[in-house]
Amino acid sequence: MNNLLARYAESIFWMARYMERAENLARILDVHETFSRDIHGFKNWHTIVKLNGDDRRFFERYDTASADNVLRFYVLDAQNPTSIVFAVRAARENARTLRPWISTEMWAQINLLHNKVQALEAKDIALPNLTHLCSEIKEACQTHSGITEGTFYRDEGWYFYLLGKFIERADQTTRLLDIGYFAIMGPVPDPRAAQDFIHWHALLRSLAGYHAFRRVYPRGMSPAAIAGFILYNESFPRSVALCVREINAVLTRLKSRYKLRGGSVAMERIDEILAALASRSIDRVIEDGLHEYLDWLQLRLSDVTSELSQSFFGQAPSEENQQQGV
Amino acid sequence: MTATEHRSDDLLARYDQAGFYDELFGGRDQPAPHTALIRKRLSALAFEDIHRRSEDAARELYNLGITFLVYSEQEAVDRILPFDVIPRVISAREWTHLEAGIVQRVTALNLFLRDIYHDRKIIRDGLIPEDLVIGNSNYRPQMIGLKVPFDTYIHIMGVDLVRDGAGTFRVLEDNGRVPSGVSYVVENRHMMQRVFPDLMQDLGIRLVDNYGQKLLQAVSEIAPGNLSEPRVVLLSPGSYNSAYFEHIFLAREMGVPLVEGRDLVVQDDRVYMKTTNGLAVVDSIYRRIGDDFLDPRAFNPDSLLGVPGILDAYRKGNVALANAIGTGVADDKAVYCYVPRMIKYYLGEEAIIPNVETHICREPDGLAYTLDNLEDLVVKPVGEAGGYGITLGPLASREELADCRAKLLADPSNYISQPMIPLSVCPTLTESGVEPRHVDLRPFAVTGRQTWVLPGGLTRVAMRKNTFIVNSSQGGGSKDTWVLEDTSP
Repeated sequence: MNNLLARYAESIFWMARYMERAENLARILDVHETFSRDIHGFKNWHTIVKLNGDDRRFFERYDTASADNVLRFYVLDAQNPTSIVFAVRAARENARTLRPWISTEMWAQINLLHNKVQALEAKDIALPNLTHLCSEIKEACQTHSGITEGTFYRDEGWYFYLLGKFIERADQTTRLLDIGYFAIMGPVPDPRAAQDFIHWHALLRSLAGYHAFRRVYPRGMSPAAIAGFILYNESFPRSVALCVREINAVLTRLKSRYKLRGGSVAMERIDEILAALASRSIDRVIEDGLHEYLDWLQLRLSDVTSELSQSFFGQAPSEENQQQGV
Repeated sequence: MTATEHRSDDLLARYDQAGFYDELFGGRDQPAPHTALIRKRLSALAFEDIHRRSEDAARELYNLGITFLVYSEQEAVDRILPFDVIPRVISAREWTHLEAGIVQRVTALNLFLRDIYHDRKIIRDGLIPEDLVIGNSNYRPQMIGLKVPFDTYIHIMGVDLVRDGAGTFRVLEDNGRVPSGVSYVVENRHMMQRVFPDLMQDLGIRLVDNYGQKLLQAVSEIAPGNLSEPRVVLLSPGSYNSAYFEHIFLAREMGVPLVEGRDLVVQDDRVYMKTTNGLAVVDSIYRRIGDDFLDPRAFNPDSLLGVPGILDAYRKGNVALANAIGTGVADDKAVYCYVPRMIKYYLGEEAIIPNVETHICREPDGLAYTLDNLEDLVVKPVGEAGGYGITLGPLASREELADCRAKLLADPSNYISQPMIPLSVCPTLTESGVEPRHVDLRPFAVTGRQTWVLPGGLTRVAMRKNTFIVNSSQGGGSKDTWVLEDTSP
């Protein structure tokens, strides 16, 4: 009888997504700072813009892809929907809508993070301070996860929280892999790059996956093994496969436990992604083009979001919709 | 000035109530024995200590988002309502008197509303001019002849009280539409419990925590049908409303969804809310949207906040609204003058809490008196809230008085005037020590089957020296209000 207000479901979903996004943006920027000191000696901050598909929007506002401009764009630029400031603000606006619903502790922590991020200045994103800033933001997002785990009432809303979190995480993992893989390998495959341990380690570390990877592959490492691990490993909490399985399980439970009529198309889309993940080896994927494959995954995940919006949030919808709403 | 300059053994030693009635010290020949222990405990606090705790409280209020939105030229800014940590204290005896007076007033206003939307006896009997009621912009013809549950129109009422120089409480204004401020009453208490547990210990302070439950009970009682658990929602204009925090607070305390107009839809004269599983019936609505914006089909067609068709659903008896539509005519500043007569008319009683003496400028005598005594009077527009448009005669410049006179002559029925009440003061923490600041009091009454009054209410305090204006929009703050339990044998 007590179904969740559609608008709350939407806000819960997006609050989770934006907090997850803020964390992953911090992870990407942190690792990219490492990559800016690569063995080839090229400092290409443009990669990150390109791989995020932000070229057009970026160059509308900035002349050159200097470290300073790129960092400003992804950390401080409140107009950029893929910036940390934007993500935190959007998470906070959704949390504000949800204040009757979420715990006071969740709200207070997001609000504090928001106040802190709002106060960031140019000096905070200078290269020497960047790692510090990134870990601060990452930790604040993890604190959010912990508070949420410990205080969020486990009803229908909780499932929408998990859906948002895992969809965003799967999406961000594909982006991080994309950026990392091509930043290391360079535009043209270079045999030396495959042996560039420092940067492969950095990529895994940015996903908190280095030790897990070592447990599965105690000896050696190859670009394919790393990409395969990040995409397919069934136990690694940030792998695409694990996230998509979680989405599947959450949707199933949500529908059965709360007898929701909608969501069948979203489940079909998830099945398609699962089938695709199961059917191709990583070597095949790399041969056919890793970047294209990751793009395809991102598009399918975005379809899932549209389906969820239509079924549960009562609108035809999209991220644009949400972004205008905040 | 730094805190250390105020080192003193007694925080209240140099306090001077400046001839006003004082909420902690009482008045001339009127000691306040009920506050003796509180004064003793306050005196023992070091200025540095109370100052630090006060800053902690302000920070915490901000971080918890206990804020209201202030619109400046370009953006909306979250502000906390300045919170003063020195409480305002009301004795058990004073409260018994106030409580009875508020119940009496709410009862009379509800009888008045029933009357003017049905028989209009009070008008026919000549107690109140017809055009003041029926011609009032807040009179809603849509309510004529409509029966409402328990004949209650005003379910949630805020009564603004002031205390004059003799210590007499008087009603300054009624708020019978969508009164706000109750969330601060509860949050101020929580804050005091966190920051000054030592001050409050064993005093026997009446609790304020159950407001949400009392409100839910009243709003549930009026739901149509005989539902054991009607679906209640709180309808808010949305997160850009300045009182949004309060909407959140009350929805949470009541355990009901906080909805906006866009979450509701009317089909076949029933109200539904949009859920993840389609539409769900709504039985009773605590609405924080004014009449004008409630139903664009019936009232202001430009409103995007309301719910098209909700008036029809209401008139068919398919949904309950609290407050009812059309209560604005009862809290009109001109109608206010007639409330003591209403009490006498409907209840056969004298008003327990008197009004402030008021001159109605729509009446020739009232206008003449007002114009003759402008420099001694407070002139208020009848339709404004939030302290806007008020002229304080004794403090006004020659130009301001001339301006006021011109406005009065141009549109006399838009104004009332009152003597300047020397509002009571309460010790208040300032940067330079504890000083007297003027306060008022807004108690809240909730009426379903019966009327219940929240012990205490919102004490608003003019944080600036020598000002009588306590409104939050004008830089006022608030204090915790302690109603003491009756400990007499």
